[in-house]
Amino acid sequence: MAVLVYTENWDGKFKKLSFELVSYATGIASMTNDSVVAVTIGHVDEKELSQLARYGASRIITVSDERLKDLDNQAYARAIAEVVEKEKAGILVFSHNNAGKAIAPRVAVLLKAGVAACVSSLPASIQPFVIMKKTYSGKAYGAVNILSEKKIVTLAQNSYEIKEQPVTPVMETFTPSLAGVTIKTKVVDVQKQTGKVLLTDAEIVVSGGRGMKSPDNWKPIEELAALLGGATACTRPVSDEGWRPHEEHTGQTGKIIAPNLYIAVGISGATQHIAGISGSKYIVAINNDKSAPIFEVAQYGIVGDALKVLPALVEAVKEVKSR
Amino acid sequence: MKILVCISNVPDTTTKVKFINNNKELDVTGIQWVINPWDELALTRALELKEASGGVIQSVTVIHVGPASSEATIRKALAMGADEAIRVNTEPKDAYMVAAQIAEAIKKENFDMVLCGIESSDFNGSMVGGMVAEFLNIPSISAVSGVFFENGQWIINREIDGGKEKLTTEFPVVLIVQKGIAKEPRIASMRGIMTARTKPIKVMEPVAVEPLTQIQSFELPKPRAACKFIDADNVKQLVELLQNEAKVI
Repeated sequence: MAVLVYTENWDGKFKKLSFELVSYATGIASMTNDSVVAVTIGHVDEKELSQLARYGASRIITVSDERLKDLDNQAYARAIAEVVEKEKAGILVFSHNNAGKAIAPRVAVLLKAGVAACVSSLPASIQPFVIMKKTYSGKAYGAVNILSEKKIVTLAQNSYEIKEQPVTPVMETFTPSLAGVTIKTKVVDVQKQTGKVLLTDAEIVVSGGRGMKSPDNWKPIEELAALLGGATACTRPVSDEGWRPHEEHTGQTGKIIAPNLYIAVGISGATQHIAGISGSKYIVAINNDKSAPIFEVAQYGIVGDALKVLPALVEAVKEVKSR
Repeated sequence: MKILVCISNVPDTTTKVKFINNNKELDVTGIQWVINPWDELALTRALELKEASGGVIQSVTVIHVGPASSEATIRKALAMGADEAIRVNTEPKDAYMVAAQIAEAIKKENFDMVLCGIESSDFNGSMVGGMVAEFLNIPSISAVSGVFFENGQWIINREIDGGKEKLTTEFPVVLIVQKGIAKEPRIASMRGIMTARTKPIKVMEPVAVEPLTQIQSFELPKPRAACKFIDADNVKQLVELLQNEAKVI
């Protein structure tokens, strides 16, 4: 039974997330002695597709159908379920991103597959199939046993190391039957964010809280993020005040992120905020209150006025980057 | 038109979780139970839409799958302004089993718009909404950050990786909503709390569906190493540590 991984593409391109997923699927496949089938929907050229083979996908299937031009959860799920049946896949891997969360539950019902959602490590055992998943918004992990024959896992972003394990792939184009499916949703407008690092993709995130005092003080946050090739984020009060767009709100009810480096400026570290950032590999906290809970999760801390420390930090990073 | 909002009963977001019985069960001592934060936003938006609809939206119903002990949380939803509630009388076991119960209730009551929060703050699965839609073979839209009635049609905003899309859809539909759907959760008024006591909670018996997953035990994350403090006048040292010790910049 093959391990099938759904690799979304963005206008025909893959990104780090895709390679992370394939590396992870290959990790599972080496535990079950199976091969990895990668599936993508829409047009991707051969050179781009072959990148998936670098991380271990030995079969690469492109699902091509005019009806799947835009993401319709129902039709996408049906198409993927058809590939699963055809490939006799037993374990399915999705990203725990917007598209994964939209499609995976529908595929689960179609295949009667149990789901372990938001995992960040390989299964602890295959028989029984037990895997750790996030619970209580990151305050704990649960060991989930998937009891059904077919199994689905959704992988948290930035949680698994990319690993090159090249194979020679077989490529195939597949046209699904989509029997009985009528597309009932229609995309009438698209606004793409261009030229900026996506918060959920970013390896470095610079984030501001109420300690920034005013939306007018955000320039050094943006500058530092740009210097480090990262993205900007904020806390819930900041987005609720309208200082920053709600897409930047990071925390339990906002974005959940796991960058390599999270720089928290003027953030005290409410439990709800920590829930959104606890997956970060390193946390730097800059806050004027030494007893702020953010210092309990940070590896590096500076106690001081954010509005004074931040510009100095920007200068220091500039100096290092110009060397 | 009838709206259904699915609500989960979860520990208050500030709860410090602990486990008992060989880490198999959550220690519920002292826990305050609340409506799952995303579900609360979903309900808030449903009520706003009903109030602005001039009678087109006849009712907002909430549904919860859980034992009688969760009725306090259901009453909170009624106090916020939901017209009525359905409680499916069974212990929720996993997303698949819960979604099957909700789908069954929808078949009986014919709702046009079903709103689900994008995840619950206890099991963080993000699965129930999409599963409900698939059980019913109806469309679902996920990561919804806005729902509006504009120029005679329903417009749904969703977030995609790297942007936003506006969609139209046929009904019935399941909308899986997230941050942005409503500004702030509605706070129940005194009158709302009074009238909630007499609003109906319909109890439905469950359909027989076995869960497909089971949580065997829990564990707490490993504590992080203590924070290294750097003098505010010496930010260069921080940059140096990030570069050479953490190796992240």
